[in-house]
Amino acid sequence: MKEHTHAQAAAEFIKDDARTHWHDETLWHVRSKRDLSAQGIPEWETLRDRASATKDYVLSHLGELLEQFESNALANGVEVLWAKDAKEHNEHVYRILQENKVENIVKSKSILTEECGLNHYLEDKGYDVVDTDLGERIIQFAKQAPSHIVLPAIHLKKQDIGEIFHKHIGTDKGASDPGYLTEAARQHLRKKFVEANAAITGVNFGIAETGGFVVCTNEGNADMGTHLADIHIACMGIEKLIPRAADLGVFLRLLARSATGQSITNYSSHFHKAAPGKKLYIILVDNGRTEQLAREDFKNSLKCIRCGACMNTCPIYRRSGGYSYNSTVPGPIGSILSPGKDLKKFSTLPFASTLCGSCSDVCPVKINIHEQLYKWRQVITENVDMGASKRLSMRVAGATFGKPVLYDLAGKMARTALKFTPDSLVYSSLNVWGKHRDLPEVPKESFKEWYKKNRN
Amino acid sequence: MRVGLFIPCYVDQFYPKAAQATLELLEKYNVKVEYPLGQTCCGQPMANSGYERFGKASSDLFLKNFGHFDYIVAPSGSCTLHVKDHVLPKEAPSPKIYELCEFLTDVLKVEHVEASFPYKVGFHSSCHGLRGLRIAKCSERMDPEFNKPLSLLNKVQNIQMVELDRKDECCGFGGTFAIAEEAVSVTMGNDRLADHQRQGVEVLTGADMSCLMHLEGLIKRQKSPIKVMHIAEILNGNPV
Amino acid sequence: MTSKESILNAIKNHKPEATALPELLVFPKEPQLIERYEKGLNGNGGKLQQVQSLAEVQQYVNSHYTADQLVASLVDEVSGNVDVRKISDPHDLEHVEVAVVRGELGVAENGAIWMPEANVVHRVLPFIAQHLIIIIEEETLLTNMHEAYQKVNVAESGYGVFIAGPSKTADIEQSLVIGAHGPRSLTVFLLRKS
Repeated sequence: MKEHTHAQAAAEFIKDDARTHWHDETLWHVRSKRDLSAQGIPEWETLRDRASATKDYVLSHLGELLEQFESNALANGVEVLWAKDAKEHNEHVYRILQENKVENIVKSKSILTEECGLNHYLEDKGYDVVDTDLGERIIQFAKQAPSHIVLPAIHLKKQDIGEIFHKHIGTDKGASDPGYLTEAARQHLRKKFVEANAAITGVNFGIAETGGFVVCTNEGNADMGTHLADIHIACMGIEKLIPRAADLGVFLRLLARSATGQSITNYSSHFHKAAPGKKLYIILVDNGRTEQLAREDFKNSLKCIRCGACMNTCPIYRRSGGYSYNSTVPGPIGSILSPGKDLKKFSTLPFASTLCGSCSDVCPVKINIHEQLYKWRQVITENVDMGASKRLSMRVAGATFGKPVLYDLAGKMARTALKFTPDSLVYSSLNVWGKHRDLPEVPKESFKEWYKKNRN
Repeated sequence: MRVGLFIPCYVDQFYPKAAQATLELLEKYNVKVEYPLGQTCCGQPMANSGYERFGKASSDLFLKNFGHFDYIVAPSGSCTLHVKDHVLPKEAPSPKIYELCEFLTDVLKVEHVEASFPYKVGFHSSCHGLRGLRIAKCSERMDPEFNKPLSLLNKVQNIQMVELDRKDECCGFGGTFAIAEEAVSVTMGNDRLADHQRQGVEVLTGADMSCLMHLEGLIKRQKSPIKVMHIAEILNGNPV
Repeated sequence: MTSKESILNAIKNHKPEATALPELLVFPKEPQLIERYEKGLNGNGGKLQQVQSLAEVQQYVNSHYTADQLVASLVDEVSGNVDVRKISDPHDLEHVEVAVVRGELGVAENGAIWMPEANVVHRVLPFIAQHLIIIIEEETLLTNMHEAYQKVNVAESGYGVFIAGPSKTADIEQSLVIGAHGPRSLTVFLLRKS
């Protein structure tokens, strides 16, 4: 099997220059809306500090809070299930569907169920799972994965979506007006909502002190699904907890503003009990989270509230697309979460960054994303074969910089070599720097040589 | 006040003029600057590539050269940040390292710059100085505005600073990133460059020669007339 | 060992050092609550109408909806032709054209209105209706979400929702489209202090 590196996938993406710049501009626009929205909140940085501290508290009291959450949820008549991994999560869902003789399932956006591969699992069991978030429905038709955690179809142009809808729900050929396509999806999905027996949702925040949880959408699809179906299954990562309902004041002020620049999502739904005659299930999922919690340098990646701001701001993500990360959660946050799951498979992701730090500064819960990228690099070079030549060159560089005599000599040799090497060799395809960039002009002497002559 | 001048390796080898301007500028403000001749590199190239452990020898050497100063000044935000975070001991007594613009602003409290530069200038805000050292407020954070390098440039006579569409986006250099992710790196650099070109920039400057080396490489390949200078050269009154 | 036990054990074995639970935040009150509220609501695609009496809401409904359209009102002063309380299966609300309900409070910073289950009878009502009208009283306006959560006990009812605008999406090329799955419009009537 061909090994996937981020650089290769990115280079492939960039071949279409116009599309790359369209992708970049589209996401930059989202980042700009975020800035404008945050600028309207004088206490923005205080909110970030508070959100971060609250999540620190959650991670350092996770066991107690989970038990508190469970007992309150049980008292509310909710059935609470625990899943160590994706497999167990999927089996819980399957068992619930079987027990309740469910035929039609609607699902609202949940990155956790993506992470667990729930749709494929249920499809193999003969179920048709209908994703109801418009972006997710689009990529479900196209048999693609989300390329962004908040904007799943951001990589597609309206013409692409027009084609997909024409094929799957019979919209007019060539039609690509977003209003027309959205209306068509509305009619198509309304039938699905009305027919559904079970609704699956993710969870944005689980409230330990009440045993309830919050789901945020703009479309209202989570509510259309859950309130019409008899069964509601909420899938929740164990890190999604907050201690108190009042903490939502901080988190709801930050979430949508960070994600898209909206002041709040149009619907922030608080679920505590099933409606009379219906059933509510919560599945608490670990799937690698406790392992990440055990990693001192990386544990606070679990503070993530999945706003996607780090993707919108990342100059690499914007120019390489979500798929270049080959991971359920792409972008900067994905690059610090994924190596914990499979170090080898995701070994190139922490290197897909200039460590510019923009991700850490937009993050509403102040995860030190770029510092963790740096730390993953150290772990990866120790544990994954990066190729002997790279290792050797780094070792030689390290040794050279450790000895002034070697350094001065190497510098002189490099300058001399560059000066006398014909351009055709310097800019051969072997020289990656020189493919699109000239090398600096070679000065006749180094600063050190000048200094010795002029100042000493 | 003992001040040590740290000239990063690539500046020493490829941009001696930026280093000379740094030295002369500090001397103009009556700082007695010492330049330890045994210096090499701070070890950042190894560390950012994931080989921090191979940088031990250069870290040790750095401390040997600079450990006894009160202040270390370097014309590079990126190397300064690396030294601050990964080389200098966290506990006192340890020298304090400053990027040049930071040093001029915070320690020397420079009010006046004796230079004239009648050109349209674009400032490239390098990330490590910006978000690592916080030498200016970045666009992501909602703090009060401040910008140390720009305040200094604005003190230069006749200079015309331009506003960029994206005032602090990364140029895509990123050390070995420039090679390992060549396609993205070059696209990012060209995008930054296009921003400066749209604003009619004649001279592109910045506080990190590494980013400027990358941008200059693209400028020359495009045969664009934009000149590239380190901020120290402009503040020192060097001609274009 | 059950999965619960194994997860809790794994947490216990690697628990980060305890940090303190932060105090709740309080910020200064917004002086121009109505103006700020309207701005917040408009930003989400909703519209505000200021009224002195509920008779004005009735007039609005009369002039915007025809007799053959289904009007589901849960506000005594506004008459409709669907008795939501008599409906047992929420699917029967599928063809409601407009729902008229009361909101508990409005949040100036973002236009959000707290809607507990009791105010809508069927949870799906404010989502399945083609259009939504919410009535809030001027006295209930608050500055921000912190104040809202001080006021509301979210666990009091089985379900409650902050509604801040009509159903919307921007999933196709970031183009805003109002009316994704739920209401195609949200009109908030602010009942002024008499």
